[in-house]
Amino acid sequence: MSTVNLREMQKNQKGIIKSISVSGQLGHRLREMGLVPGAEISICGRAPLYDPVAIKVLETTLTLRNNEADHIFVTVD
Amino acid sequence: MQLKMALAGNPNAGKTTLFNQLTGARQHVGNYPGITVDHKEGYLHYQGRKIIITDLPGTYSMTAYSAEELVARDYLVYNRPQVVINIVDASNLERNLYLTCQLLELGVPLVVALNMMDVAKDRGIEIRADILEKHLRVPVIPIIARSGFGKEDLLNAALRQAAEKNAWQPLDISYGDDLDTSLTELIARIDTTAFMTDTYHARYTAIKYLENDEQILEKGREIEPDTAQALEEIVTGITAHTKTTLDVYPEAIIADHRYGYIKSLLMQGVITRKFDSDRLYASDKIDKVLTNRLVGPAIMFLILFLLYKFTFGWSEAPVAWLEQGFGWLSNIVEQTLPDGALKSLIISGIIDGVGGVLGFVPLIMFMFFGIAILEDSGYLARVAFMMDRVFRIFGLHGSSVMPFIVSGGIAGGCAVPGVMAARTLRSPKERMATLLTVPLMNCGAKLPVLALLIGAFFSENKARYMFLFTMLAWVVALLAAKLLRSTVLRGAPTPFVMELPPYRFPTMRGLLIHTWERTYQYIKKAGTVILGISILLWALMTYPGLPEQTSADFAQRREAILSGNSPAIIPASTSAMESISEQAEQIDARLAALNNEEAEAALRNSIAGRMGTSLESLSQYAGFDWRTNIALVGGFAAKEVIVSTLGTAYSMGEVDVEESMSLGQRLQKDSHWNRIVAVAALVFIMFYSPCFVTVVCIAKESSWKWAFFSMGFNTIFAFLMAVAIFQIGTLLNLG
Repeated sequence: MSTVNLREMQKNQKGIIKSISVSGQLGHRLREMGLVPGAEISICGRAPLYDPVAIKVLETTLTLRNNEADHIFVTVD
Repeated sequence: MQLKMALAGNPNAGKTTLFNQLTGARQHVGNYPGITVDHKEGYLHYQGRKIIITDLPGTYSMTAYSAEELVARDYLVYNRPQVVINIVDASNLERNLYLTCQLLELGVPLVVALNMMDVAKDRGIEIRADILEKHLRVPVIPIIARSGFGKEDLLNAALRQAAEKNAWQPLDISYGDDLDTSLTELIARIDTTAFMTDTYHARYTAIKYLENDEQILEKGREIEPDTAQALEEIVTGITAHTKTTLDVYPEAIIADHRYGYIKSLLMQGVITRKFDSDRLYASDKIDKVLTNRLVGPAIMFLILFLLYKFTFGWSEAPVAWLEQGFGWLSNIVEQTLPDGALKSLIISGIIDGVGGVLGFVPLIMFMFFGIAILEDSGYLARVAFMMDRVFRIFGLHGSSVMPFIVSGGIAGGCAVPGVMAARTLRSPKERMATLLTVPLMNCGAKLPVLALLIGAFFSENKARYMFLFTMLAWVVALLAAKLLRSTVLRGAPTPFVMELPPYRFPTMRGLLIHTWERTYQYIKKAGTVILGISILLWALMTYPGLPEQTSADFAQRREAILSGNSPAIIPASTSAMESISEQAEQIDARLAALNNEEAEAALRNSIAGRMGTSLESLSQYAGFDWRTNIALVGGFAAKEVIVSTLGTAYSMGEVDVEESMSLGQRLQKDSHWNRIVAVAALVFIMFYSPCFVTVVCIAKESSWKWAFFSMGFNTIFAFLMAVAIFQIGTLLNLG
C-alpha cells in the first residue's frame, strides 16, 4: 500500500482516493463528479499527448487535466 | 387549472429525452436574461389539466459555482414549481443521487424518475425502487425515457405530490459533530431575525453559509449586514477549526457526508449486482478504438472532415435554391416597378437582406444536425478529450476545435454557424475567447477575395499561397485567443473535469427538435437585426445620389453617343435584331463604359464612398487607396461584396465573384497595387471586423459589448498587421 499522485498512475491501475487538496471551484467540481476520499477509481487511458487523463469512478468515465489530477492523492496496492 | 412542474437532473441522465417525450413539439426555448443558458419550457395536457414543464439546465449540484446551477436553484426558489421531477440515471445511481440529496435539502416537493432501468439491467444492476422510495420518503418511479415507459406513472405521481401542497420540508442530514454544532448555532442566529426566511429555509441558509456560497453570502450582506456578519464570523471560526484538525474546508465535509448518506441508503438493499462490476461495457470497448492514442485522432479528423463536408456540401443545393428564389423575386420587382429609390431599396435592401438572413439557414440547420449527432451520441466529449492539450496552450478548451473547423479551419467554412457552434462549450472564458477568434478563420466568403489577389499577384504558385494563408489564419486565430486570454479574458481556466458519457444512439426526434430549436433561434433573434443592418448598409452605399448636375451630364453624354449615329443603327441592347453591326457593338461598349463610370462616380459620392475617401489619409500607411477602402467598407456587409465593390470602384461595373479575372488584370496594371499591397490587403481582409451577420450572432451569443469589441479589436489588429507588412515590405523593396 502506498500513496501516489493521480498523475503518476498507470493505465488500468486501480486505487482508492485518499485525499484531495484543493478547494474553490475545482474542489467543488471534483466532489460533485464523485471524486471524494474513499472513492474507488481506475485509469482508463490518456489522450494522444498524455493529457488529459480518463478515469473511471462510480460507474462513470470522467476526464480531467493532469494539472487538475495533481490535487488528487490515491492509495494503490 | 395550470400546474407548474420543473425537471431537474444531471447532464446525460436523459433529462432532455424525457422533456421531449412529455411535451413533444410543444416547447419553447428562450434565454435567461443576461446569460446564455437556455430556458426551455413546454406544456402538455394530462387528465384535464395543463401542465407547464420547465426543463432546468443539467447540473451535478446546486451551488453558486456555475451559471447553470444558479439558474436551476433560483428558478426553484423564486418560481416555486408545485412539483419537481428529478431524473436520475439508474445505471449510475450513487453520483446522480448527489443532486437529489441537495434537492431534498432545499425541501422542494420532489418525485424521483429512475431512468434507464433497461441500461441498468443490461449492466446487471437491479434496483428496488420501492426500497429507495421508503428511505428517500418521496415517490420513486422507474421509467425508460427513450421509449416512454413509465411516463403515465410518473405524471400520476407528480400530480399526487402537487395535490398534497405540503410546505417545503428540508431533509436533515448529519454533517458530523463539528458542523452540526455550528449549524445549530447558525440556525439560532438566523431565526432571531428571520434572516432571508421568506426565500430559504433557515437550515438551508445555514448550510449555504458553511459551503461558502457566494450568491447567498452576497445577498445576506445586502439584506441584513449585521446578521450576515455574525453568521460569517461563526463560519470563519468553524472553518479555522476544521482546517487545523482535519485540513479540509467545511464544504468538503458536507459533500463527504452527502455521499455517506447516499451510500448508507443504497446499502439497505436498493442495489443488487449480478455481475462483476469490472466487466467492460460496450461503451468502453468503443472507446478502446475511438480514443486510442494513435487511431483515435485519425478517426476524429475523418469524422470532423465528414461533418464539414456534410454541412457545406449538403447545404449547397438548398442555398442555391434560396438564391434562385430571391433572384427570381428581384427580377419580378425589377420588371414591375419603375426605376428609382423604392425599387433599389426593395431589391438591394430588403430582398437581398432577407435573402442574406435566410441564406444561412440551410448551413445552420445542417451544422446543428451534424453537431447534434456528435453531441447526443457522446462523441463530442471525446473530441474535447483528444484535442484539449493542444487548445489549452492558447487558453482555449478541447471543445473549441469544432467552432474553429466550422468557421473555416478547413478553408471555406462560415463564421456564423461557427459562432453558434461555440455553444457546446460550457466554460465561460474559453467560450468567449472562441467566439471572438473564430471569425479570424478563412470563411468561404473570403476565398474569392483571396483567389482574386493571389491569382493576380502570385499566379505562379496559387495552391501553395492558398494553403499558406489558411495556415496563417490558424496561427493568427490561436495567437489572438492567447492574447485575449492573457488580457481582457484573463483568468484561471475553468475546471476541465467532465464526464465522457456512454455512447448512445441519438434518437431522430431528439436530433430534429435540437436542430429546429437552434435554427429557429437564429431566424428569430438574429433575423430582424440583420435585415435592419442590411437596409442601413444599402443606404450607405446608395445615398446621397449623384448631384443633379452630374447626373444630367451623364445623361447628356449618353444621349450624345446615341444621337451621334444615324437612327438606322440601333444599339443591340434596345433591339431584337439578330444581326448586329460592328458599329452597334461599339456603341454598346461605349454605353457600358459610361454606365460603369457613372456607377463609380455614384459610389464615390455615397456615404460609404466618402468614408473610404476620408479614410485614405489613414489607410495610405497600409497602402490602400480610396477604392480599396470603399470595398472594405462594403465588405462589412459580407466579405464577398469586396470583389464586386472593387469592380464598381474601378469602373468595371458589377464584377461577378466567380469570374474576377479581368479585375485581377486591372489591379495588376494599377500603379497603386503591387505584391506588397496585395499581401497587406489580403491580411487585412482576412482579419478585420467580422461581417455584420457574424457580429449580430456574437451579440446574440454573448452581448453587444463583445460584438462591438470584436469589430474594433479585429479591425485595429488587422490594420496594424497590414501597416507593418506594407511599411517593412516597401522598405525592403520587395514589391
